[in-house]
Amino acid sequence: MCLKSVEGIVLVVGDNVDTDAIVPGRYLTLTDTRELGKHALEGLDPSIPGKLKERNLIVAGRNFGCGSSREHAVLALLGAGVKAVVAESFARIFYRNAINRGLLVVEAPGVSQKVSDGDRLVIDLESGVVVLASGETLPFKPIAREVLEIIEAGGLIERLRKELQYGRG
Amino acid sequence: MVNVAMDSLTAKILARASGRDRVEVGETVVATVDKVMIHDVTGPITLDLIDNLNARIPKPESLYIFLDHYSPSPSIPASGIHRRFRIFARTNGVINFFDVGEGVCHQVMVEGIVKPGEVVVGADSHTTTYGALAAFSTGIGSSEAAYAILTGRLWFKVPEPLYVRLDGALPSYASGKDIILSVLGILGQEGANYKALEFAGPGLRTLSMSDRLTVANMSVECGAKNAIFPLDEVTLDYVREFNTPIDLSSLSYLRTAKVESPHLTLDLSTLEPMVAKPHSPANVAPVPSVEGVSIDAAFIGSCTNGRYEDLLAAARILKGRRVSKDVRLIVTPASKRVLMRALQDGLIKMLLDAGAVVTPPSCGACFGGHLGVVGDDEVIISSSNRNFVGRMGSPKAKIYLASPVTVAASALEGCVTDPRRYLG
Ligand code: SF4
Repeated sequence: MCLKSVEGIVLVVGDNVDTDAIVPGRYLTLTDTRELGKHALEGLDPSIPGKLKERNLIVAGRNFGCGSSREHAVLALLGAGVKAVVAESFARIFYRNAINRGLLVVEAPGVSQKVSDGDRLVIDLESGVVVLASGETLPFKPIAREVLEIIEAGGLIERLRKELQYGRG
Repeated sequence: MVNVAMDSLTAKILARASGRDRVEVGETVVATVDKVMIHDVTGPITLDLIDNLNARIPKPESLYIFLDHYSPSPSIPASGIHRRFRIFARTNGVINFFDVGEGVCHQVMVEGIVKPGEVVVGADSHTTTYGALAAFSTGIGSSEAAYAILTGRLWFKVPEPLYVRLDGALPSYASGKDIILSVLGILGQEGANYKALEFAGPGLRTLSMSDRLTVANMSVECGAKNAIFPLDEVTLDYVREFNTPIDLSSLSYLRTAKVESPHLTLDLSTLEPMVAKPHSPANVAPVPSVEGVSIDAAFIGSCTNGRYEDLLAAARILKGRRVSKDVRLIVTPASKRVLMRALQDGLIKMLLDAGAVVTPPSCGACFGGHLGVVGDDEVIISSSNRNFVGRMGSPKAKIYLASPVTVAASALEGCVTDPRRYLG
């Protein structure tokens, strides 16, 4: 994997941020990533899309992305320039969608207590830790093999493109 | 088939679908997918991906497409999406194409399409519904739907089971909604994250298929990957009603479910009518504790509780009475079949006489897109499945979730009301 670390400025959100909060239903006729990005997390707080210009990492509490299966939620975050979401835990479908679309998602228990809005954060993928503003490190749960395979293929659809080209190997 | 009796129903189905005798919890398997469902919200992204790959769909007969969320279309962009789907279905030979007015995807899928023992995925979180029919079904994203449509398979991690045992008999004023709201209250919003909720126990025989569908539908609200019920007489009667062709001898492995040492036991006979308060389906309370909260609107519909049985239960309360003049009651049958049956039996007339507004089959108000959008500072009581901020319209609205009888009683009184008052 060529991605070794991701660095950015943090926007902190709470527990159980659902996909209706990430992209409210009224925007679901959009499929363009950029357009969706203009509304990212608008359901939680209408001022967030403006803030995402300089904040590109999201630190969340438990169960981030619960609710509907809308992949628009991942596309909106990507469209807003979000590079990764670090959470206490993720809801199942959101987690799969993020992986399939190449949005980095890491589960780091304890992270929401240790990070404040505006902090600089580094996700070190080689060492499997999140480096906090204080220099302290916090380990994140190792990423499963099958998930890594998808990321390495460049997302699920790139993997599918290869499978369709070369057959099932 | 060398299935081990102790294994969960989910593990047994995933073993069959991946050509194995047995699979372990936590192991990743590649399973053959019997059916894939997409609809007018999540489907456009899937179509983009398929078009982009310029690929041919190998088995178009396994793909089910629904125009149900914006149905009939309330806007120019939605009409554009629908047009694209119609062209896609025609050019790709998709015979299972359900245009506006046919109903909500999950309801139509259980009207003779999904069979016990199948693996079905849908680009919608409430795809868990079909577990009521002893199938493995789960919600996936739009990219995964494209993958499953083009390859006929998908990877799954065999989920850890969470066994729920139901004892006692369901009282006449309670239904599947009160059961699942009670479960959500105990487990919380992520209490079953990534797990398979498996229901069993002597109480099951008092649950109709409609009750089971509601329970399986809302299991995703505590994060469950899927929910599943064993195959029993209720399943068989239901399957017969729809003339679903099944090979019973190959399905006997779905008959036995684990009842010993469950993670959770619920005595149905002590169940109270339940309600989920704003803004989470797991924020539950017994109806008596919130009685008297004023409402502006009431909704009976959705894939959770928009079935014939739900309309019938509501009509039991509304018959010969009038909805409060301060409340608009919107009834949206979940499918055309439901609507037809309710028309023939006089239920629709009864509901209209009571002052309800009856809409065509659709997701309608559940989704906040049309057919009864809730405004600023309004309070609605709804038979649907989600009460997140903004779900049914304005982010300033408050949504209470409850069973059809609780919604009907509340519509009469103009405030949250215990249905037992009307059910004697
Ligand atoms: S009725 Fe509501 S929950 Fe069910 S599929 Fe439609 S929008 Fe989703």
